[in-house]
Amino acid sequence: MVENVKELLKAHKGIKREVYLDNENSTMVPKDVVDAMLPYYNQVAYGNPTLTHKPGWEAFETIMKSSQKISRFLGSKILEEITFTSGETEANNLALMGSAFANKSKGKKIVISEIEPINVLHVTDLLQKFGFTTTKVPVDREGFLNLEKLKEAVDEETILASIATVSNEIGTIQPVKEALDIVKDKNPETLFHTDASDAYGRIPLNVQDLKVDLATVSSYKILGPRGIGALYIKEGVNVDKILEGQIGTQKLWPGVENTPLIVGFTKASEMAFQDFEANVNRMRMLRDKLVDGIFRKLSDVKLNGPKGDKRVPDNANISFLRCEGEALTIELSLRGIYVSSGSACSRRLLQPSHVLVAIGRKFSEAHGSILAKTTRYHTEEDITYVLEVIPSAVGRIRGIVGSTGVD
Amino acid sequence: MSRVPLPYTQKVLDLFRNPKNLGKMEDATVTAVAGNPACGDMITFYLKINDQEIIEKASFESYGCAANIATASIVTEMVQGMSLEAAWKEMTWKKVTEEVGGLPSVKFHCGVLAVGALKRAIRKYFQNKNVSPSWVPQELSFEEKQALEEEELAKTLAKRLNVAEENQS
Ligand code: FES
Repeated sequence: MVENVKELLKAHKGIKREVYLDNENSTMVPKDVVDAMLPYYNQVAYGNPTLTHKPGWEAFETIMKSSQKISRFLGSKILEEITFTSGETEANNLALMGSAFANKSKGKKIVISEIEPINVLHVTDLLQKFGFTTTKVPVDREGFLNLEKLKEAVDEETILASIATVSNEIGTIQPVKEALDIVKDKNPETLFHTDASDAYGRIPLNVQDLKVDLATVSSYKILGPRGIGALYIKEGVNVDKILEGQIGTQKLWPGVENTPLIVGFTKASEMAFQDFEANVNRMRMLRDKLVDGIFRKLSDVKLNGPKGDKRVPDNANISFLRCEGEALTIELSLRGIYVSSGSACSRRLLQPSHVLVAIGRKFSEAHGSILAKTTRYHTEEDITYVLEVIPSAVGRIRGIVGSTGVD
Repeated sequence: MSRVPLPYTQKVLDLFRNPKNLGKMEDATVTAVAGNPACGDMITFYLKINDQEIIEKASFESYGCAANIATASIVTEMVQGMSLEAAWKEMTWKKVTEEVGGLPSVKFHCGVLAVGALKRAIRKYFQNKNVSPSWVPQELSFEEKQALEEEELAKTLAKRLNVAEENQS
Protein backbone atom coordinates (compact mmCIF):
# COMPACT_ATOMS: atom_id res chain seq x y z
CA MET A 1 0.00 0.00 0.00
CA VAL A 2 2.93 2.34 0.63
CA GLU A 3 4.01 1.69 -2.95
CA ASN A 4 0.62 2.90 -4.12
CA VAL A 5 1.08 6.22 -2.39
CA LYS A 6 4.37 6.72 -4.19
CA GLU A 7 2.53 6.43 -7.50
CA LEU A 8 -0.24 8.73 -6.32
CA LEU A 9 2.33 11.34 -5.40
CA LYS A 10 4.09 10.95 -8.74
CA ALA A 11 0.82 11.68 -10.50
CA HIS A 12 0.98 15.18 -8.99
CA LYS A 13 4.13 16.09 -10.87
CA GLY A 14 4.00 19.26 -12.85
CA ILE A 15 1.21 21.02 -11.00
CA LYS A 16 1.34 24.75 -11.57
CA ARG A 17 0.49 25.97 -8.10
CA GLU A 18 -0.42 24.44 -4.78
CA VAL A 19 -3.21 25.88 -2.66
CA TYR A 20 -3.77 24.13 0.63
CA LEU A 21 -7.29 24.83 1.87
CA ASP A 22 -7.84 21.76 4.07
CA ASN A 23 -7.13 23.76 7.22
CA GLU A 24 -9.97 22.00 8.97
CA ASN A 25 -8.04 18.76 9.08
CA SER A 26 -4.44 19.80 9.44
CA THR A 27 -2.39 22.86 8.59
CA MET A 28 1.05 23.94 7.56
CA VAL A 29 2.97 25.51 10.42
CA PRO A 30 4.49 28.89 9.54
CA LYS A 31 8.25 29.15 9.72
CA ASP A 32 8.06 31.77 12.47
CA VAL A 33 6.25 29.28 14.67
CA VAL A 34 8.69 26.46 13.96
CA ASP A 35 11.63 28.81 14.56
CA ALA A 36 10.18 29.77 17.92
CA MET A 37 9.93 26.11 18.89
CA LEU A 38 13.35 24.88 17.82
CA PRO A 39 15.51 26.19 20.68
CA TYR A 40 13.27 24.35 23.14
CA TYR A 41 14.33 20.99 21.73
CA ASN A 42 18.00 21.27 22.52
CA GLN A 43 19.09 24.70 23.68
CA VAL A 44 16.87 25.77 26.52
CA ALA A 45 14.08 24.46 28.75
CA TYR A 46 14.37 20.86 27.56
CA GLY A 47 14.15 19.64 31.13
CA ASN A 48 11.18 18.28 32.99
CA PRO A 49 9.41 21.25 34.57
CA THR A 50 8.88 19.46 37.86
CA LEU A 51 12.55 18.77 38.54
CA THR A 52 15.08 20.70 40.52
CA HIS A 53 17.66 21.74 37.99
CA LYS A 54 18.18 24.60 35.59
CA PRO A 55 16.67 23.03 32.42
CA GLY A 56 13.69 21.97 34.55
CA TRP A 57 13.17 25.43 36.01
CA GLU A 58 13.53 26.89 32.53
CA ALA A 59 10.81 24.58 31.31
CA PHE A 60 8.64 25.52 34.29
CA GLU A 61 9.06 29.20 33.57
CA THR A 62 8.32 28.71 29.86
CA ILE A 63 5.17 26.73 30.48
CA MET A 64 3.85 29.16 33.08
CA LYS A 65 4.47 32.11 30.79
CA SER A 66 2.70 30.29 27.98
CA SER A 67 -0.27 29.50 30.21
CA GLN A 68 -0.44 33.14 31.16
CA LYS A 69 -0.45 34.27 27.54
CA ILE A 70 -3.03 31.76 26.39
CA SER A 71 -5.24 32.56 29.36
CA ARG A 72 -5.09 36.26 28.46
CA PHE A 73 -5.94 35.59 24.83
CA LEU A 74 -8.99 33.73 26.07
CA GLY A 75 -9.99 36.53 28.38
CA SER A 76 -9.13 34.75 31.62
CA LYS A 77 -6.88 36.38 34.20
CA ILE A 78 -5.71 33.24 35.96
CA LEU A 79 -3.02 31.13 34.38
CA GLU A 80 -4.01 28.09 36.46
CA GLU A 81 -7.25 28.03 34.52
CA ILE A 82 -5.36 26.69 31.50
CA THR A 83 -4.61 22.98 31.16
CA PHE A 84 -2.50 21.95 28.21
CA THR A 85 -3.54 18.67 26.61
CA SER A 86 -2.29 16.93 23.51
CA GLY A 87 -4.93 18.49 21.27
CA GLU A 88 -8.54 19.46 20.71
CA THR A 89 -9.77 15.86 20.81
CA GLU A 90 -8.05 15.30 24.13
CA ALA A 91 -9.24 18.60 25.60
CA ASN A 92 -12.83 17.76 24.66
CA ASN A 93 -12.43 14.28 26.13
CA LEU A 94 -11.14 15.80 29.35
CA ALA A 95 -13.90 18.41 29.42
CA LEU A 96 -16.75 15.98 28.91
CA MET A 97 -15.54 12.86 30.65
CA GLY A 98 -13.72 14.73 33.38
CA SER A 99 -16.68 16.89 34.33
CA ALA A 100 -19.16 14.03 33.97
CA PHE A 101 -17.18 11.82 36.35
CA ALA A 102 -16.52 14.63 38.80
CA ASN A 103 -20.19 15.56 38.99
CA LYS A 104 -21.95 12.25 38.59
CA SER A 105 -23.54 12.49 42.02
CA LYS A 106 -25.51 15.51 40.81
CA GLY A 107 -27.01 13.80 37.80
CA LYS A 108 -26.24 11.83 34.69
CA LYS A 109 -27.57 13.95 31.87
CA ILE A 110 -25.56 15.73 29.21
CA VAL A 111 -26.84 18.11 26.56
CA ILE A 112 -25.01 18.76 23.30
CA SER A 113 -25.96 20.04 19.86
CA GLU A 114 -26.48 17.83 16.85
CA ILE A 115 -23.53 19.42 15.11
CA GLU A 116 -20.82 19.05 17.73
CA PRO A 117 -17.42 17.87 16.49
CA ILE A 118 -17.09 14.11 16.06
CA ASN A 119 -14.93 13.70 19.15
CA VAL A 120 -17.68 15.18 21.33
CA LEU A 121 -20.22 12.80 19.81
CA HIS A 122 -17.93 9.85 20.41
CA VAL A 123 -17.20 10.80 24.01
CA THR A 124 -20.90 11.04 24.78
CA ASP A 125 -21.36 7.60 23.18
CA LEU A 126 -18.67 6.28 25.48
CA LEU A 127 -20.22 7.97 28.52
CA GLN A 128 -23.41 6.09 27.80
CA LYS A 129 -21.62 2.96 28.94
CA PHE A 130 -21.11 4.64 32.31
CA GLY A 131 -24.80 5.41 32.65
CA PHE A 132 -24.82 8.95 31.30
CA THR A 133 -27.46 9.91 28.76
CA THR A 134 -27.10 12.58 26.12
CA THR A 135 -29.72 14.77 24.52
CA LYS A 136 -28.81 16.23 21.15
CA VAL A 137 -30.41 19.59 20.53
CA PRO A 138 -31.36 20.15 16.89
CA VAL A 139 -30.19 23.05 14.78
CA ASP A 140 -31.92 24.97 12.00
CA ARG A 141 -31.01 24.96 8.31
CA GLU A 142 -28.07 27.24 8.89
CA GLY A 143 -26.81 25.35 11.89
CA PHE A 144 -28.11 27.65 14.62
CA LEU A 145 -29.07 25.94 17.82
CA ASN A 146 -32.77 25.63 18.57
CA LEU A 147 -32.82 27.52 21.86
CA GLU A 148 -36.36 26.40 22.70
CA LYS A 149 -35.30 22.78 22.42
CA LEU A 150 -32.19 23.54 24.45
CA LYS A 151 -34.38 24.91 27.21
CA GLU A 152 -36.53 21.78 27.12
CA ALA A 153 -33.48 19.53 27.22
CA VAL A 154 -31.97 20.91 30.43
CA ASP A 155 -33.36 19.76 33.76
CA GLU A 156 -32.23 19.32 37.36
CA GLU A 157 -30.25 16.24 36.47
CA THR A 158 -28.30 17.88 33.65
CA ILE A 159 -24.70 18.17 34.74
CA LEU A 160 -23.16 19.41 31.51
CA ALA A 161 -24.00 21.22 28.31
CA SER A 162 -21.45 21.29 25.50
CA ILE A 163 -22.02 23.59 22.55
CA ALA A 164 -19.25 24.53 20.12
CA THR A 165 -18.83 28.28 19.68
CA VAL A 166 -18.34 27.90 15.95
CA SER A 167 -19.20 24.89 13.82
CA ASN A 168 -15.97 23.43 12.46
CA GLU A 169 -17.77 22.28 9.34
CA ILE A 170 -20.24 24.95 8.33
CA GLY A 171 -18.90 27.97 10.22
CA THR A 172 -22.07 28.85 12.14
CA ILE A 173 -21.35 31.18 15.07
CA GLN A 174 -23.63 30.05 17.88
CA PRO A 175 -25.27 32.44 20.32
CA VAL A 176 -23.20 30.94 23.12
CA LYS A 177 -24.05 33.64 25.64
CA GLU A 178 -27.79 33.18 25.11
CA ALA A 179 -27.46 29.41 25.20
CA LEU A 180 -25.51 29.59 28.45
CA ASP A 181 -28.08 31.90 30.04
CA ILE A 182 -30.85 29.51 29.08
CA VAL A 183 -28.97 26.55 30.52
CA LYS A 184 -28.04 28.30 33.76
CA ASP A 185 -31.57 29.67 34.13
CA LYS A 186 -32.96 26.16 34.12
CA ASN A 187 -30.19 24.73 36.22
CA PRO A 188 -27.46 26.93 37.70
CA GLU A 189 -25.45 23.81 38.57
CA THR A 190 -25.13 22.65 34.97
CA LEU A 191 -21.62 23.17 33.68
CA PHE A 192 -21.26 24.80 30.29
CA HIS A 193 -18.46 23.72 27.99
CA THR A 194 -17.74 25.15 24.58
CA ASP A 195 -15.32 23.86 21.99
CA ALA A 196 -13.97 27.22 20.87
CA SER A 197 -11.31 25.81 18.56
CA ASP A 198 -12.85 27.32 15.45
CA ALA A 199 -13.58 30.63 17.16
CA TYR A 200 -10.16 31.24 18.71
CA GLY A 201 -8.24 33.74 16.61
CA ARG A 202 -11.20 34.27 14.27
CA ILE A 203 -13.94 35.94 16.24
CA PRO A 204 -13.79 37.94 19.48
CA LEU A 205 -13.85 35.43 22.31
CA ASN A 206 -13.80 36.10 26.02
CA VAL A 207 -14.49 33.29 28.45
CA GLN A 208 -15.14 35.69 31.30
CA ASP A 209 -17.74 37.67 29.40
CA LEU A 210 -19.33 34.47 28.17
CA LYS A 211 -19.16 33.00 31.68
CA VAL A 212 -18.48 29.53 30.30
CA ASP A 213 -17.12 26.96 32.74
CA LEU A 214 -14.95 25.12 30.26
CA ALA A 215 -13.56 25.98 26.83
CA THR A 216 -11.41 24.03 24.40
CA VAL A 217 -8.86 25.60 22.10
CA SER A 218 -6.60 23.89 19.62
CA SER A 219 -3.15 24.80 18.39
CA TYR A 220 -3.30 23.53 14.82
CA LYS A 221 -6.55 25.36 14.15
CA ILE A 222 -4.59 28.60 14.43
CA LEU A 223 -1.58 27.35 12.46
CA GLY A 224 0.31 26.14 15.48
CA PRO A 225 1.83 22.65 15.71
CA ARG A 226 -0.45 19.60 15.96
CA GLY A 227 -0.55 17.59 19.15
CA ILE A 228 -1.22 20.42 21.55
CA GLY A 229 -4.36 22.14 22.76
CA ALA A 230 -5.73 23.57 25.93
CA LEU A 231 -8.77 23.35 28.13
CA TYR A 232 -9.84 26.43 30.02
CA ILE A 233 -11.39 25.41 33.32
CA LYS A 234 -12.93 28.18 35.36
CA GLU A 235 -11.57 28.41 38.87
CA GLY A 236 -13.63 26.26 41.21
CA VAL A 237 -15.08 24.00 38.52
CA ASN A 238 -14.63 20.33 39.31
CA VAL A 239 -13.09 18.13 36.66
CA ASP A 240 -11.57 14.69 37.22
CA LYS A 241 -8.49 13.63 35.36
CA ILE A 242 -9.16 10.92 32.80
CA LEU A 243 -5.65 9.58 32.31
CA GLU A 244 -3.41 8.19 34.99
CA GLY A 245 0.30 8.79 35.24
CA GLN A 246 2.93 11.10 36.61
CA ILE A 247 1.32 14.45 37.25
CA GLY A 248 3.46 17.54 36.78
CA THR A 249 2.53 21.15 36.08
CA GLN A 250 -0.71 20.11 34.39
CA LYS A 251 -2.79 18.76 37.22
CA LEU A 252 -5.32 17.11 34.95
CA TRP A 253 -3.04 15.88 32.20
CA PRO A 254 -0.31 13.40 33.17
CA GLY A 255 2.92 12.83 31.30
CA VAL A 256 5.98 14.93 30.61
CA GLU A 257 5.01 18.37 29.34
CA ASN A 258 5.84 18.98 25.71
CA THR A 259 7.47 22.38 26.06
CA PRO A 260 8.32 22.97 22.37
CA LEU A 261 4.72 22.33 21.34
CA ILE A 262 3.43 24.60 24.09
CA VAL A 263 5.80 27.29 22.84
CA GLY A 264 4.63 26.77 19.25
CA PHE A 265 0.98 27.00 20.29
CA THR A 266 1.72 30.20 22.17
CA LYS A 267 3.65 31.71 19.28
CA ALA A 268 0.85 30.83 16.86
CA SER A 269 -1.63 32.48 19.23
CA GLU A 270 0.51 35.61 19.44
CA MET A 271 0.66 35.81 15.68
CA ALA A 272 -3.09 35.34 15.37
CA PHE A 273 -3.85 38.03 17.92
CA GLN A 274 -1.06 40.46 17.07
CA ASP A 275 -3.03 41.99 14.26
CA PHE A 276 -6.35 40.35 14.91
CA GLU A 277 -8.53 42.64 12.80
CA ALA A 278 -6.23 42.58 9.79
CA ASN A 279 -5.82 38.80 9.97
CA VAL A 280 -9.53 38.22 10.17
CA ASN A 281 -10.33 40.67 7.41
CA ARG A 282 -7.84 38.97 5.17
CA MET A 283 -9.34 35.51 5.79
CA ARG A 284 -12.79 36.92 5.13
CA MET A 285 -11.79 38.74 1.95
CA LEU A 286 -10.20 35.58 0.55
CA ARG A 287 -13.07 33.36 1.63
CA ASP A 288 -15.63 35.73 0.09
CA LYS A 289 -13.67 35.86 -3.13
CA LEU A 290 -13.66 32.07 -3.22
CA VAL A 291 -17.35 31.60 -2.46
CA ASP A 292 -18.56 34.47 -4.66
CA GLY A 293 -16.37 33.25 -7.50
CA ILE A 294 -17.73 29.72 -7.29
CA PHE A 295 -21.31 30.98 -7.30
CA ARG A 296 -20.56 33.19 -10.28
CA LYS A 297 -18.90 30.47 -12.28
CA LEU A 298 -21.02 27.43 -11.51
CA SER A 299 -24.68 26.56 -11.32
CA ASP A 300 -26.25 23.99 -9.01
CA VAL A 301 -24.13 24.95 -6.02
CA LYS A 302 -25.27 25.55 -2.46
CA LEU A 303 -23.61 27.24 0.48
CA ASN A 304 -23.78 25.17 3.66
CA GLY A 305 -24.11 27.30 6.78
CA PRO A 306 -25.10 30.94 7.17
CA LYS A 307 -24.06 33.98 5.19
CA GLY A 308 -22.78 37.26 6.57
CA ASP A 309 -21.45 38.06 10.00
CA LYS A 310 -22.95 34.98 11.68
CA ARG A 311 -20.45 32.91 9.73
CA VAL A 312 -16.86 32.57 10.85
CA PRO A 313 -14.59 34.43 8.40
CA ASP A 314 -12.44 31.54 7.16
CA ASN A 315 -15.02 28.85 6.42
CA ALA A 316 -16.34 27.94 2.98
CA ASN A 317 -18.53 24.85 2.72
CA ILE A 318 -20.16 24.36 -0.63
CA SER A 319 -22.22 21.56 -2.14
CA PHE A 320 -21.78 20.91 -5.84
CA LEU A 321 -24.86 19.07 -6.95
CA ARG A 322 -24.53 16.11 -9.36
CA CYS A 323 -20.98 15.62 -8.17
CA GLU A 324 -19.36 13.18 -5.75
CA GLY A 325 -17.10 14.88 -3.24
CA GLU A 326 -14.36 12.33 -2.71
CA ALA A 327 -13.79 12.05 -6.45
CA LEU A 328 -13.71 15.84 -6.59
CA THR A 329 -11.07 16.08 -3.84
CA ILE A 330 -8.84 13.76 -5.88
CA GLU A 331 -9.45 15.64 -9.11
CA LEU A 332 -8.58 18.91 -7.35
CA SER A 333 -5.54 17.39 -5.68
CA LEU A 334 -4.13 16.38 -9.04
CA ARG A 335 -4.28 20.06 -9.88
CA GLY A 336 -2.73 21.28 -6.64
CA ILE A 337 -5.84 22.22 -4.69
CA TYR A 338 -6.33 20.49 -1.38
CA VAL A 339 -9.75 20.35 0.28
CA SER A 340 -11.93 17.79 2.06
CA SER A 341 -15.47 16.54 1.53
CA GLY A 342 -18.45 15.60 3.68
CA SER A 343 -19.46 12.93 1.16
CA ALA A 344 -20.54 9.53 2.43
CA CYS A 345 -17.85 8.04 0.18
CA SER A 346 -15.16 9.72 2.26
CA ARG A 347 -16.38 8.14 5.51
CA ARG A 348 -15.87 4.72 6.95
CA LEU A 349 -19.56 4.00 7.45
CA LEU A 350 -20.90 5.47 4.20
CA GLN A 351 -22.75 8.15 6.05
CA PRO A 352 -22.45 11.74 4.97
CA SER A 353 -21.28 14.38 7.40
CA HIS A 354 -23.58 14.43 10.44
CA VAL A 355 -23.51 18.21 10.33
CA LEU A 356 -24.85 18.40 6.78
CA VAL A 357 -27.51 15.85 7.69
CA ALA A 358 -28.45 17.87 10.78
CA ILE A 359 -29.02 21.04 8.76
CA GLY A 360 -31.36 19.12 6.49
CA ARG A 361 -29.14 18.71 3.47
CA LYS A 362 -30.27 15.90 1.21
CA PHE A 363 -27.84 13.05 0.74
CA SER A 364 -27.30 14.16 -2.83
CA GLU A 365 -26.33 17.60 -1.52
CA ALA A 366 -23.96 16.27 1.13
CA HIS A 367 -22.50 13.93 -1.50
CA GLY A 368 -20.89 16.81 -3.39
CA SER A 369 -19.84 18.96 -0.45
CA ILE A 370 -16.42 20.53 -0.19
CA LEU A 371 -14.92 22.20 2.87
CA ALA A 372 -12.21 24.84 2.51
CA LYS A 373 -10.72 27.28 5.01
CA THR A 374 -8.69 30.33 4.14
CA THR A 375 -5.80 31.68 6.21
CA ARG A 376 -3.88 34.93 6.25
CA TYR A 377 -1.14 33.19 4.31
CA HIS A 378 -3.22 32.67 1.20
CA THR A 379 -2.99 35.20 -1.59
CA GLU A 380 -5.55 36.53 -4.01
CA GLU A 381 -3.63 34.73 -6.75
CA ASP A 382 -4.18 31.46 -4.89
CA ILE A 383 -7.92 32.00 -4.92
CA THR A 384 -7.87 33.12 -8.54
CA TYR A 385 -6.12 29.85 -9.41
CA VAL A 386 -8.70 27.83 -7.47
CA LEU A 387 -11.48 29.62 -9.31
CA GLU A 388 -9.80 28.83 -12.61
CA VAL A 389 -9.58 25.13 -11.83
CA ILE A 390 -12.84 24.41 -10.02
CA PRO A 391 -15.26 24.76 -12.97
CA SER A 392 -13.44 22.20 -15.10
CA ALA A 393 -12.80 19.86 -12.15
CA VAL A 394 -16.46 19.90 -11.16
CA GLY A 395 -17.37 19.62 -14.82
CA ARG A 396 -15.28 16.49 -15.25
CA ILE A 397 -16.77 14.74 -12.23
CA ARG A 398 -20.27 15.79 -13.27
CA GLY A 399 -19.47 14.27 -16.64
CA ILE A 400 -18.80 10.92 -14.98
CA VAL A 401 -22.04 11.17 -13.03
CA GLY A 402 -24.01 11.94 -16.18
CA SER A 403 -27.68 11.24 -15.65
CA THR A 404 -27.06 8.84 -12.76
CA GLY A 405 -28.42 9.77 -9.38
CA VAL A 406 -30.17 12.90 -10.57
CA ASP A 407 -33.47 13.05 -8.80
CA MET B 1 -18.16 8.55 10.97
CA SER B 2 -14.43 8.39 10.91
CA ARG B 3 -12.18 8.34 7.90
CA VAL B 4 -9.54 5.91 6.65
CA PRO B 5 -6.40 6.32 4.59
CA LEU B 6 -7.05 5.60 0.92
CA PRO B 7 -3.84 4.77 -0.91
CA TYR B 8 -5.42 4.00 -4.29
CA THR B 9 -3.36 2.05 -6.78
CA GLN B 10 -1.89 3.48 -9.95
CA LYS B 11 -4.50 1.57 -11.93
CA VAL B 12 -7.37 3.05 -9.94
CA LEU B 13 -5.94 6.51 -10.42
CA ASP B 14 -5.42 5.94 -14.15
CA LEU B 15 -8.98 4.76 -14.64
CA PHE B 16 -10.27 7.60 -12.50
CA ARG B 17 -8.44 10.09 -14.69
CA ASN B 18 -9.29 8.39 -17.97
CA PRO B 19 -12.33 6.21 -17.51
CA LYS B 20 -13.11 3.91 -20.40
CA ASN B 21 -16.59 3.49 -21.85
CA LEU B 22 -18.00 6.38 -19.93
CA GLY B 23 -21.45 7.73 -20.59
CA LYS B 24 -25.01 6.92 -21.37
CA MET B 25 -25.56 4.42 -24.23
CA GLU B 26 -28.50 5.54 -26.30
CA ASP B 27 -29.05 2.19 -28.01
CA ALA B 28 -28.44 -0.04 -25.01
CA THR B 29 -30.19 -3.40 -25.00
CA VAL B 30 -30.46 -3.28 -21.27
CA THR B 31 -29.74 -0.78 -18.50
CA ALA B 32 -29.39 -1.47 -14.80
CA VAL B 33 -28.80 0.65 -11.76
CA ALA B 34 -27.22 -0.25 -8.43
CA GLY B 35 -27.16 1.98 -5.42
CA ASN B 36 -29.69 4.55 -4.33
CA PRO B 37 -30.26 7.83 -6.15
CA ALA B 38 -31.30 9.64 -2.98
CA CYS B 39 -28.13 8.66 -1.22
CA GLY B 40 -25.37 8.93 -3.75
CA ASP B 41 -23.18 5.87 -4.34
CA MET B 42 -24.98 4.96 -7.48
CA ILE B 43 -23.98 3.41 -10.74
CA THR B 44 -25.75 2.91 -14.06
CA PHE B 45 -24.67 0.14 -16.39
CA TYR B 46 -25.52 -0.02 -20.09
CA LEU B 47 -25.11 -3.17 -22.16
CA LYS B 48 -25.42 -3.67 -25.89
CA ILE B 49 -26.11 -7.36 -26.43
CA ASN B 50 -26.33 -9.10 -29.81
CA ASP B 51 -28.46 -12.04 -30.89
CA GLN B 52 -25.78 -14.51 -29.89
CA GLU B 53 -26.00 -13.14 -26.37
CA ILE B 54 -22.59 -11.59 -26.66
CA ILE B 55 -21.90 -8.26 -24.98
CA GLU B 56 -20.88 -6.03 -27.85
CA LYS B 57 -20.37 -2.98 -25.74
CA ALA B 58 -20.74 -1.88 -22.18
CA SER B 59 -20.70 1.61 -20.69
CA PHE B 60 -21.33 3.21 -17.32
CA GLU B 61 -22.04 6.35 -15.36
CA SER B 62 -20.99 6.64 -11.73
CA TYR B 63 -22.19 8.86 -8.93
CA GLY B 64 -19.56 7.42 -6.65
CA CYS B 65 -15.98 7.61 -5.54
CA ALA B 66 -12.78 7.00 -7.48
CA ALA B 67 -12.87 3.28 -6.59
CA ASN B 68 -16.36 2.99 -7.99
CA ILE B 69 -15.41 4.84 -11.16
CA ALA B 70 -12.31 2.69 -11.65
CA THR B 71 -14.01 -0.66 -11.03
CA ALA B 72 -16.99 0.25 -13.20
CA SER B 73 -14.65 1.31 -15.96
CA ILE B 74 -12.67 -1.92 -15.83
CA VAL B 75 -15.84 -4.03 -15.77
CA THR B 76 -16.98 -2.42 -19.02
CA GLU B 77 -13.64 -3.32 -20.59
CA MET B 78 -13.56 -6.86 -19.22
CA VAL B 79 -17.03 -7.85 -20.38
CA GLN B 80 -16.72 -6.54 -23.90
CA GLY B 81 -16.98 -9.49 -26.28
CA MET B 82 -17.96 -11.91 -23.52
CA SER B 83 -21.02 -14.06 -23.70
CA LEU B 84 -23.62 -13.26 -21.05
CA GLU B 85 -23.02 -16.66 -19.51
CA ALA B 86 -19.29 -16.12 -19.27
CA ALA B 87 -19.78 -12.62 -17.89
CA TRP B 88 -22.19 -13.92 -15.28
CA LYS B 89 -19.91 -16.71 -14.22
CA GLU B 90 -16.54 -15.06 -14.43
CA MET B 91 -17.17 -11.57 -13.21
CA THR B 92 -16.87 -11.36 -9.46
CA TRP B 93 -16.05 -8.39 -7.28
CA LYS B 94 -12.88 -10.16 -6.19
CA LYS B 95 -11.64 -10.52 -9.72
CA VAL B 96 -12.48 -6.93 -10.50
CA THR B 97 -10.74 -5.75 -7.36
CA GLU B 98 -7.65 -7.70 -8.34
CA GLU B 99 -7.79 -6.26 -11.80
CA VAL B 100 -7.46 -2.71 -10.46
CA GLY B 101 -4.51 -3.77 -8.32
CA GLY B 102 -6.50 -4.08 -5.10
CA LEU B 103 -8.62 -1.66 -3.10
CA PRO B 104 -8.59 -0.48 0.49
CA SER B 105 -11.07 -2.72 2.32
CA VAL B 106 -13.56 0.08 2.97
CA LYS B 107 -13.78 0.46 -0.79
CA PHE B 108 -14.58 -3.18 -1.59
CA HIS B 109 -18.25 -2.32 -1.74
CA CYS B 110 -17.66 0.12 -4.61
CA GLY B 111 -16.40 -2.75 -6.77
CA VAL B 112 -19.23 -4.93 -5.51
CA LEU B 113 -21.68 -2.26 -6.63
CA ALA B 114 -20.16 -2.19 -10.10
CA VAL B 115 -20.41 -5.97 -10.51
CA GLY B 116 -23.86 -5.90 -8.90
CA ALA B 117 -25.05 -3.52 -11.59
CA LEU B 118 -23.62 -5.77 -14.32
CA LYS B 119 -25.34 -8.85 -12.91
CA ARG B 120 -28.58 -6.99 -12.53
CA ALA B 121 -28.37 -5.97 -16.15
CA ILE B 122 -27.85 -9.57 -17.23
CA ARG B 123 -30.72 -10.80 -15.06
CA LYS B 124 -32.93 -8.03 -16.39
CA TYR B 125 -32.07 -8.93 -19.99
CA PHE B 126 -33.48 -12.42 -19.50
CA GLN B 127 -36.43 -11.19 -17.49
CA ASN B 128 -37.30 -8.85 -20.33
CA LYS B 129 -37.16 -11.79 -22.72
CA ASN B 130 -39.05 -13.95 -20.30
CA VAL B 131 -36.51 -16.73 -20.37
CA SER B 132 -34.53 -18.10 -17.48
CA PRO B 133 -31.32 -19.90 -18.35
CA SER B 134 -30.25 -22.47 -15.81
CA TRP B 135 -27.04 -20.62 -15.02
CA VAL B 136 -28.91 -17.55 -13.74
CA PRO B 137 -30.16 -18.92 -10.43
CA GLN B 138 -33.30 -17.64 -8.77
CA GLU B 139 -31.24 -16.66 -5.80
CA LEU B 140 -29.40 -13.39 -6.12
CA SER B 141 -25.65 -13.45 -6.64
CA PHE B 142 -23.43 -12.14 -3.86
CA GLU B 143 -22.96 -8.80 -5.62
CA GLU B 144 -26.67 -8.32 -6.28
CA LYS B 145 -27.42 -9.09 -2.65
CA GLN B 146 -24.81 -6.66 -1.47
CA ALA B 147 -26.14 -3.95 -3.75
CA LEU B 148 -29.59 -4.56 -2.33
CA GLU B 149 -28.24 -4.38 1.18
CA GLU B 150 -26.52 -1.09 0.48
CA GLU B 151 -29.74 0.29 -0.94
CA GLU B 152 -31.62 -0.80 2.17
CA LEU B 153 -29.01 0.80 4.38
CA ALA B 154 -29.28 3.98 2.36
CA LYS B 155 -33.04 3.96 2.80
CA THR B 156 -32.73 3.65 6.56
CA LEU B 157 -30.29 6.53 6.58
CA ALA B 158 -32.65 8.57 4.43
CA LYS B 159 -35.45 7.87 6.87
CA ARG B 160 -33.31 9.13 9.71
CA LEU B 161 -32.62 12.20 7.66
CA ASN B 162 -36.35 12.87 7.31
CA VAL B 163 -36.73 12.61 11.05
CA ALA B 164 -33.96 15.17 11.43
CA GLU B 165 -35.76 17.44 8.99
CA GLU B 166 -39.03 17.18 10.87
CA ASN B 167 -37.30 18.14 14.07
CA GLN B 168 -36.32 21.44 12.62
CA SER B 169 -38.34 24.43 13.55
S1 FES C 1 -18.99 4.78 -4.24
FE1 FES C 1 -19.20 5.70 -2.28
S2 FES C 1 -17.48 4.87 -1.32
FE2 FES C 1 -17.15 4.24 -3.34
